[in-house]
Amino acid sequence: MEEPDVSQPGVTKKFMYVNRRAPYGTVYALESLEVVLIGAAFDQDVSLAFLDDGVFQIVKGQDTAGIGMKNFSPTYRALGDYEVTKLYVEKESLETRGLSEDDLLEITYEDEDDDWAEKPSIHVVKRDEMTQLMAQQDVILSF
Amino acid sequence: MAYELNGTTYEHDEEGYLADINVWNKELAELIAKEENLDMSEEHWEVVNFLRDYYEEYQIAPAIRVLVKAMKKSFGPEKGNNKYLYTLYPYGPAKQACKIAGLPKPTGCV
Repeated sequence: MEEPDVSQPGVTKKFMYVNRRAPYGTVYALESLEVVLIGAAFDQDVSLAFLDDGVFQIVKGQDTAGIGMKNFSPTYRALGDYEVTKLYVEKESLETRGLSEDDLLEITYEDEDDDWAEKPSIHVVKRDEMTQLMAQQDVILSF
Repeated sequence: MAYELNGTTYEHDEEGYLADINVWNKELAELIAKEENLDMSEEHWEVVNFLRDYYEEYQIAPAIRVLVKAMKKSFGPEKGNNKYLYTLYPYGPAKQACKIAGLPKPTGCV
């Protein structure tokens, strides 16, 4: 994969952050989220993908009191403020884990081009759609 | 490194950000502001309170452009702009106001 070139003004590339791991136990999920928030300043076309155990990152009702870690799941709901509005979740990964869209956080954004209407950021997609989405990207960062 | 207030010690990092967000109180905020050479006016408090509410909801200190946008939505364009916020907090609203609010340094703020 080519190095992302964001040096040229006006060049927008499609960036996808792929999240495959459970939210706690390793630092990958939190690091990915931080990179997304920092990277959001560069005005690129950003999307997030959640597959495998990565789908647990955006499950609602997380309680980390027992493991002494900060519950950072509310931060996913701030993504809309950072203009990160496309979160793709793989249907098969949800189903394998006994989950459905109803188990996920409500993550929305306000559409500037549609009188600030509140719209859902999460899109549950099948594996073959996910494959197509990945094929369209210029840069894929996997966590 | 620590702030001293009324006989209590409050740990902070090398840049003055509180180690424990939960020990924050208004008097401590005034003290941190003084270290930043700021007098806390009602307008200063409005930003600090706004940041604390944002953190409470999203568990994150917002980046400056996100703060500007969110302030604009809540208080209108006369307060939701860079000039207004930098007038209140000359060394950066995200940096100074977050520090005074007892929040961690904003993600991506170097």
